[in-house]
Formats: sequence, structure tokens, C-alpha cells
Amino acid sequence: MTVHDRSLSRRAILKGGAGLALGLYIAHTGKAFAQTPPAPASVNIAPNTFLVIKPDNTVTVLCKHIEFGQGPFTGMATLVAEELDADWAQMRAEHAPSNPVLYKNLVFGVQGTGGSSAIANSYEQMRKVGAAARAMLVSAAAAEWNVPAAEITVEQGVIRHSSGKEGRFGAFAEKAMQQPVPADPKLKDPSGFRLIGKEGVVKRLDSAIKSNGSAEFTLDIKDPDTLTALVARSPRFGGTVASFDASAALAVPGVVDVKRVPTGVAVYAKGFWPAKTGRDALKITWDDSKAESRGTAQLLTEFRTLSKTPGKTVKQEGDVDAAIAKGGRLIEAEYVFPYLAHAPMEPLNAFMKWEGATASARFGSQFPTPDHAAIAKVLGIGIDKVHLQTILAGGSFGRRAQQTVHVALELAEVVKAAGPGKPVKLVWTREDDTRGGYYRPFGIHRMRGVVRDGKIEAWSDTIVGQSIMKGSPFEAMTFKDGLDSTAYEGAHDIPYEVANFRCDLHQVDVGVPVLWWRSVGHSHTGYAVEAFVDELLQAAGQDPVEGRLAMMGKSPRHAGVLKAVAELADWKGAKPESGRARGVAVVESFDTYVAQIADVSMGEEGPIVHKVWCAVDCGIAVNPDIIRAQMEGGIGFGLGHILYAEQTLDEGRPVAGNFDAYRSLRINEMPQIEVAIVRSTEKPTGVGEPGVPPIGPAVANAMAKLGLKRPAQLPIVQGAST
Amino acid sequence: MTAFTLKINGQNHQLDVDPSTPLLWAIRDNAGLTGTKYGCGVAQCGACTVYLGGQTIRSCSLPVSAVGRKEITTIEGLKSREGVAVQKAWVALDVPQCGYCQSGQVMSAAALLSLNPKPTDRDIDLAMNGNICRCATYVRIRAAIHDAAKSLEG
Repeated sequence: MTVHDRSLSRRAILKGGAGLALGLYIAHTGKAFAQTPPAPASVNIAPNTFLVIKPDNTVTVLCKHIEFGQGPFTGMATLVAEELDADWAQMRAEHAPSNPVLYKNLVFGVQGTGGSSAIANSYEQMRKVGAAARAMLVSAAAAEWNVPAAEITVEQGVIRHSSGKEGRFGAFAEKAMQQPVPADPKLKDPSGFRLIGKEGVVKRLDSAIKSNGSAEFTLDIKDPDTLTALVARSPRFGGTVASFDASAALAVPGVVDVKRVPTGVAVYAKGFWPAKTGRDALKITWDDSKAESRGTAQLLTEFRTLSKTPGKTVKQEGDVDAAIAKGGRLIEAEYVFPYLAHAPMEPLNAFMKWEGATASARFGSQFPTPDHAAIAKVLGIGIDKVHLQTILAGGSFGRRAQQTVHVALELAEVVKAAGPGKPVKLVWTREDDTRGGYYRPFGIHRMRGVVRDGKIEAWSDTIVGQSIMKGSPFEAMTFKDGLDSTAYEGAHDIPYEVANFRCDLHQVDVGVPVLWWRSVGHSHTGYAVEAFVDELLQAAGQDPVEGRLAMMGKSPRHAGVLKAVAELADWKGAKPESGRARGVAVVESFDTYVAQIADVSMGEEGPIVHKVWCAVDCGIAVNPDIIRAQMEGGIGFGLGHILYAEQTLDEGRPVAGNFDAYRSLRINEMPQIEVAIVRSTEKPTGVGEPGVPPIGPAVANAMAKLGLKRPAQLPIVQGAST
Repeated sequence: MTAFTLKINGQNHQLDVDPSTPLLWAIRDNAGLTGTKYGCGVAQCGACTVYLGGQTIRSCSLPVSAVGRKEITTIEGLKSREGVAVQKAWVALDVPQCGYCQSGQVMSAAALLSLNPKPTDRDIDLAMNGNICRCATYVRIRAAIHDAAKSLEG
């Protein structure tokens, strides 16, 4: 059975009665209670469960987090299986439907995946689900065998009594449901873990279906009579439709309708190709009077001017100006960061069936709660009349969660314009996706530092950038003193002790929609801080590793990963050898600490990264192999962007549309990677994002050792993306 | 619209489409085989890789009218020794992350092994650099191809 086995669908289990759902809901408080699954009468079934045990002994965990590669199917199942004492082979996972009460992220308070929080917020919750289910199964077996529960053991999916009686979970699932749910099930001491943190025991639950083409993504949804809809959107952000002529589009065979929608003009067709051909045939006059019409060159000039004046203070210690006035070596640097598209392998898309009074949507919804509300609002029906099911998505890197919920809104508008009774698959082309905004913000860091007597005496970082959170529901959560903390995270809390420190921010408005992009603010602050500290240490005549460690007295976990990576790479200083040099960087993001050393030489086009050593401290390592995979992928993702990627604007119009212009890392550019996971007893933190930030500065710092300047304008290979 | 017969994975599929329709969309929307993915539409990413007459092609950039009677093999029909070995190695090393590009990766990897049973890292880089993986699973793709090659020895 695979995670997409239809026989495992929630509704089939409830309806058929063949499967025995062990319904459990463990509240955040730890108070647990069983709930009878609701009757499947309404469209919006809210299964109050994290766990289904079937007569065939399979245990299916309903995963409240979206699986788009970072591993929550396997992670949630590991946590449950550990406390349940299940055999790994019996574990399955599928996505939980949208339900903000049952499936909320305990960090966000709503259902959603982000901020590398899946394991962190579920670690205790999912273990309690497993522990409670185990206790209930044991109680059921004790009653059946008429023996004390305390005499029963559970091991690898087998329930046993010393009398020789034994059985598997499936046989007791129904009776277990009648047992009281333990209010505060006892969790294992970590010393007793068999799965958590163990090597080679847990394999990903989704590898097979992703290797044979059977994994179902939104683009693959087959529903009879589904129309494919493509929307023509303004080439400039903020542009609107002035007028359009659909006659040529409607003449394309296969095109069935053309409608104006808030985001542009929607073409509906039987399949992608007629929809695309029809959209190409539309004649649209755009009203750009309110659109952003500045190009990136102009933005750079404006940002650069601003960066030469102090912004609003984020953090200040000592007196930077006085320290500079005192003399020593003043070092300045400017780092320019481009707009970056997320470009997940599967472009944006979404599917929905609207029957007038009810609707059913399926797509890779990363934040189901706000998406759900948005759909209901547009359709003018209650949230309880809308069923939203998250499914596998082909990557995200942040793109499938939007503070504006624009994909869910457009889906609902396109479906509404088509009229009830017509299933619609809204598809964005690669070009729509790359030119569609929601970029990592464009920005500048202007750095100043003073080195005196071999010591860093002053550090100043003036940031110019656009707020991701402004005007969004997340503003209250992320703003401090009127400033978006995600614009400076990592820049104001550097791990180095510097007596005179300042970080300030110019928060500017640009009419380009921006979004969190894998590692959010750390995607630029990590580079600025780590390239600059390396430059200052070089000026101070210090070793990049030893020099950092000497300033990390108050940052033991930073120091821990730095020491670990130096050991892993057998660090012997940064001196180049036969045209190759090593650069180091260490960045904490989302409470996970990552240090990397990159071995680099210069090729004709730019740096060639031969090998990367990586040490990570993410607290208790739940799934070591997934942690390694996320470090490998994070390094590759970070490296591809730092080397090659940028989105530029020409009079407001995004230029790069596809991978020919928005260059992605390819296999021949992928370094060898060695990962060390630092042993820790701290609570687990995430790994989806933290592998990304250090690689850029590690490469830049290696380039400096080869006698080049640390790149001031990214990407490093200029012109690679045009 | 024009009538075409495509032989995909040994089965004939009748379709009535515009001759300019890329093979990818005929496979997905008309034949209903969705293992082959759309990633770019311009032969840049390799997610749409299938075999046409035994050769790997980017199905997003070949119009149906150019297919003729050549046999098409998609990921659903990949049954070769190399294909099976590659898929086994992919699972054993947990190569996929999001998985969206992996049909194309597997098709390219199996084709490589059928031409070159013992590829070096450089051979792999050359053969596989038309397949983008945005999750950057490349380290494991390389390792899994070596493992698959070993499993096919003897």
C-alpha cells in the first residue's frame, strides 16, 4: 500500500466500516479525549483523528503538515511509531484535511507549514498521540485476555503477554476505541528510543511513489469534465485589464469560455494546450496607471542612496561612530541582493469543484486555514461548506504559503466565474510562476567595521529592503517598533561579541509582491554578516575559524557547529592549495545552527564548488537521514541562487520567465557534501531552511582566499540569469 | 483538430488534437498518463523526459505531429532491467524530496545505464545535466546511479 492508496481515504474508512478508525485528538495542553468520527453526511468531514489503525495492521498518520519534500510524512509517522512501539513497516502517512482546530500548527495557532516548524511543534504532540494509542491498545488487550495491563508489552507492532498470548494492532483497534484516552500518556525517556535519532531504521514513506510516477500532484488530478484554466495577468505588478477581445481565443478548438476575473482574464479549455493557445490569442489592453513601473536599476540607485544614511535603529550597543573616530582600520562593504523567485519544480496550481452550495478544493495548500477562509468568502458560502484537502506538492520553498492567499483567491474567483458544476484546474505556467512576483525581496546591506589591534572594535549594518509582512495578518506577530523583523533577522543578533554595534533598517515600499523564501531574512543577512566578519577577521590577521570562535563566548551552539565542521573538514587554515581554497560560514536560523566549509576553485565562468562540509545542530535529531537530505538540498538550493539566480525588472516588468533565463543549479554544478549532525539533547528544531544561508558566504569567503573580492552584487556569476 | 494514434507503453491511444500539441500534453491530458511532468515547457528542465523509439526526448517540445509511429515509453511503462534497478536504488537511498522531477530523473538515469553500464561521476553529470531538481537531490542521484550500476553487474 502506498500513501496514495485510495482504499485508505478517510471517507472510505468511515463509510465502509471495514476499517477501524482509532480516533484520537490530543490537545496542545496534553489533555486528550477520544471522539467518535463524525458521520460522512456533509461535504466537509472533519476527521478528529491523527491516526487510523486498520484490520491489516497498517497505521496511518494524518499529517497536519504539507509534504513537499522536507519529510513531515516520515517525521510525524516516526514520532507516533516511536511511542506506539509500532514496526516501521506498518506505518503510512497521508495529509490531514483542512481543520484549524484539530490540525493547527502549535506555533502559528492556525493550520500551516513554515518557519521550519513541523517537527518542532509536533514533537510532543505526535508522541502523545502514539503513547495514548499504545495505552488504549494495551487496555483493550488486557480486557480481552483478562490479564493486568502492566503485564503486557508492545514491541515492533506486536502486543504480548507472558502467558504466550500475542496479537497485532489491527485485532485490537476497534476495542481500543472503547477505552478511555489517557489524559497524560507517559512518554519514553529518550534513552529508550528505537526510531527517533536512529540510523537506517526509518525510511521515507514517499520514496516509492515518487520514483515510479504514481505520486499524485495537483496537476495530475483527474476528475471527469475538468476544465483547465489559465489566467492572463498584467505584465506589471498592479496593472489591471482596461479592455480585452476574446474572439480569437474562443475560436481555438478546445477553448470553452473566457471570463474576466480580478487578476486578469481567464481562459477555460479542455486541457492545458488549448488553454495556453487560447490565452496566447487574447488581445488585452492593460491599464498600468497604478502599476509599479520602476526597473531594478532604478531601485538599486534609490536603495543605494538611502543606504548611505542611517535607517531606523534596530539594535545599538556602545557607540559605533565614536569607535570609528578613534581610528584603526575602517572597512566598508556593500552587498546587493536580487529579487529571487522560488521556482518550485511544480508551478503553482489548484483544483476545485463548486456545486453552488458546497465546494471541494484540492491542492498543495501550505497554509490551509487562511486559504480555506478565502475560498469560502469568495464563493459566499460557509467555511463548513468548503472541503479543502492539501495534497503532495512539487516543492515550495515558501511559495505555496502567501500572506495574501492569492492562489486560493484566484482559484475561487476563476471557479466562480466559470459557474457552478464545473470542476476547474487552475494552472500557472513556468513563466507565470517566474514572473508572478512574491519574490525574495531586493535589498542592500551597507556594512562598516573597524579593526584595531587585531580586534573587531565596531560593526555597523544599514539594511535597505522591502517588508514581507506589512499589511498582512502576520504583521502583528512579526513587527517590532514599526519594523518587519524578518528584514533584519540574523543581522541584529550576530553571534559575535563586538563592543560597538549598530543595525538599522530603511523599510521601503515597492509595488512588487514579496514573500518569505527558504530561510527568509537569513537568505541575505546570513551572507552579509558572514562575508563581512570574514573580511574583518582577514584584516585582523586572524584565522576564519579561530577568529570566529574567539568572539563566540555567548554563542555556544554556534561555536559547537563551527568546531564540528572544522573537524569534519580537517580544517588547517584558509590558505589556498593548488588553486583551491576553503571558506567557512556559520548561521543560525529557526533555532537550528549550521556551519559549512566550501572547497572552491575558479573556473572560466565563476566559482566551482568541489565539496561542502556541513555540521548541523537541530537539537534532538528525529530523522538523521532526512536532516542530511535537507542539508544537501539546502546547500544545492542556496548555491544555485547565490551563483546564478536573479529576477530583474525592466520598467516594472519581470524579465526572466523560465529556466533558460532564471538559471537553476544543475547536477554538474553540485558539490560533494558531507554532513555531521551534532549530538544534542535540546528540543528538536527544523531543518527545511537552515541549510541554505551559510553556503553563499562560505563560497564568497573561499573566493577571498583565492585573492578575489567577496562578491558585492549577487548572484556571483553576473549575467547568468539573462 | 487531427486524429493521431500514439503507441504508449505498448498500447495504442487514439486522440483528436491540434497537431501543434506537445507530446507531453497528449500523454497527460489525452492518454491520461500523469507520471510524466510539466516543469518548463521549453526543454530546459527534463521533468517531461520520455523515450521515443528508445531515445530520451523532452516531450514538452515535440509536437504530436512529429511523433509518427515510433513507440513512446513513459515512467509508467519503464520495465527495463536498468529502469527497475534505478527505481530500486532511488528508494533504497531515499533520493526523492518533493518528487516532482523524479520521473524525468529516473528516465534519464535508466537511459544512461543502458548506454553506459559503469558511468563515472563525470559521465553522470554529463548525462543528467538536462534534468533540473529544484530540491537539489543531485548528491543522492549520483550515488543511486552508481548503486544501480553495481546491482546490474554480473
